[in-house]
Amino acid sequence: MEQPIYGLTVRGVTKHFQRTKRTTDKPRFHQKLQHIFRREKEVIRAVDDISLEVNIGEIYGILGANGSGKSTLIRLISTLLLPDAGSIQVFGDDVVTNSLKVRQVMNRVSVEASFFKRLSSEENLIYAARLYGIPAPEAERKSKQILERLGFDADRMNEEMEHLSRGMQQKVAIARALLTTPMLLLLDEPTTGLDPKSKRDVQAFIEEIRQERNAVIVLTTHDMAEAERLCDKIAIIDKGRFIAEGTVEDLIANAPSQNGVPATLEDVFIALTGKGIEEED
Amino acid sequence: MLNLVRETIVSYAFIERNFNLLKRYLSWEILFFSYSIVNALTIGLIMVGRGSSEDVLYLVIGALIWGFLSVMMREVSDAITWERWEGTIEYTFMAPIYRITHLVGSCLFAILYGLLRTALVLAIMPLFFGEHIDLSNANWLTLVVTVLISSLSFIGIGLMAAIFPLLSPEKGQAATGIIQSMLLLVSGIYYEIEVLPAWLQPISQISPATYTLRSIRAAMLENASVESQIGNLSLLLVIGILLIPLGFWVFHLGEKYAKRVGRLKRSG
Repeated sequence: MEQPIYGLTVRGVTKHFQRTKRTTDKPRFHQKLQHIFRREKEVIRAVDDISLEVNIGEIYGILGANGSGKSTLIRLISTLLLPDAGSIQVFGDDVVTNSLKVRQVMNRVSVEASFFKRLSSEENLIYAARLYGIPAPEAERKSKQILERLGFDADRMNEEMEHLSRGMQQKVAIARALLTTPMLLLLDEPTTGLDPKSKRDVQAFIEEIRQERNAVIVLTTHDMAEAERLCDKIAIIDKGRFIAEGTVEDLIANAPSQNGVPATLEDVFIALTGKGIEEED
Repeated sequence: MLNLVRETIVSYAFIERNFNLLKRYLSWEILFFSYSIVNALTIGLIMVGRGSSEDVLYLVIGALIWGFLSVMMREVSDAITWERWEGTIEYTFMAPIYRITHLVGSCLFAILYGLLRTALVLAIMPLFFGEHIDLSNANWLTLVVTVLISSLSFIGIGLMAAIFPLLSPEKGQAATGIIQSMLLLVSGIYYEIEVLPAWLQPISQISPATYTLRSIRAAMLENASVESQIGNLSLLLVIGILLIPLGFWVFHLGEKYAKRVGRLKRSG
């Protein structure tokens, strides 16, 4: 029987990194010398045997503390990291062996709105659009439309990025991703650090995209309310592993209520990970 | 199949972006440009009053050509350094473009920028050196052909140097500087390679700058034709043809390594 093609399929993906071992003890002189010539390494399991499937038209949320592996997973899907094991397919194409085709249908917004800070948002967006074969006039028109929908004053498109607030920069980052009409949109903490108004604008826009297009959206977040509002399905990630997955209702139903008060998504998170979402792994 | 028209249009993105950045950092550009002029003047003035006008021009050509070649090599590598600093490299690497398109775009900008800057410095030189800079005897066709052919080699070296900032923006710039100074030492920029210690001379034989300088000096000082330089230019072409694919291959290995160990990210 033929396997159904999902928008995004991740099977048993693992990514380990090596880093110099940290020590809390004050090293002695001979240990410092030894350290110069031979640094002890430790293996960090950033993503550990993760599997997931996201259907077309679905928003899949990944909830996790800082350093839990969310961004590494997003980078693996984005072709920016090579997995140590497992496979990732986007609309049936493997991200390692068919990366060029995958990159055509995908885009990403990361927590850091990375731009050429001395260029204007217009120059940055035209540059980004050209990389996808979109001519400058079309890029200009589309970016204006998207930015205006996000509540960004289009008259400020000629200002250098470094003069824009963090919220405005993040809106430009969202416009950069949407300019290319991606079928797979990876949103890596898109609202972290935004003021409440900008946060609401961005969340409303994500909802609009879901209604307008049959795109696949993966959203990583710290924000429980955001996950509840936007996601069709949520996975909780801790130390690189998925420890729970399901709809908000499924996750809450499996958590015990406390003194007759129904559990919240945050209760579920604390019960499963043993820590608050703001704590680092 | 590689769609040449699309890839050419896409590679223009890098040229346009870099010229936009150049406009935004105009004060820095003026500073670097002034430095290039002062550098060429300082070196040329060593010979004024000591040697002939030919000797002055010999040194000025060395300073100008070295300026052009090092700017070109540095621009290719700086394109990566810049993107690493700004964090945009992840977005460029995520775009559906061939790496060759990305790097060719950066190289084309480097050539255009290097030519523009060197031509401006050259135009200013007669104002300071007067009769010592006599370009009436120059063979401009040989000069242009040599510059174009030598660009291939320096792009190849630039591509290899670009993997250093790809892996580490801080250490990468220093590594690029080391390669440049090695080439400066062995290539006879300000002296004939025969004055080098015997053990260094074989290295100068594989440096493309050696042949570039030889043909350009012949063109500017002796009105040498392209035909008379055919042996030298052929060698330069062979080095370029070998260095470009080698540069791409080394860059590809660097990219693969960076993706394996997670070196592309700036934070997060």
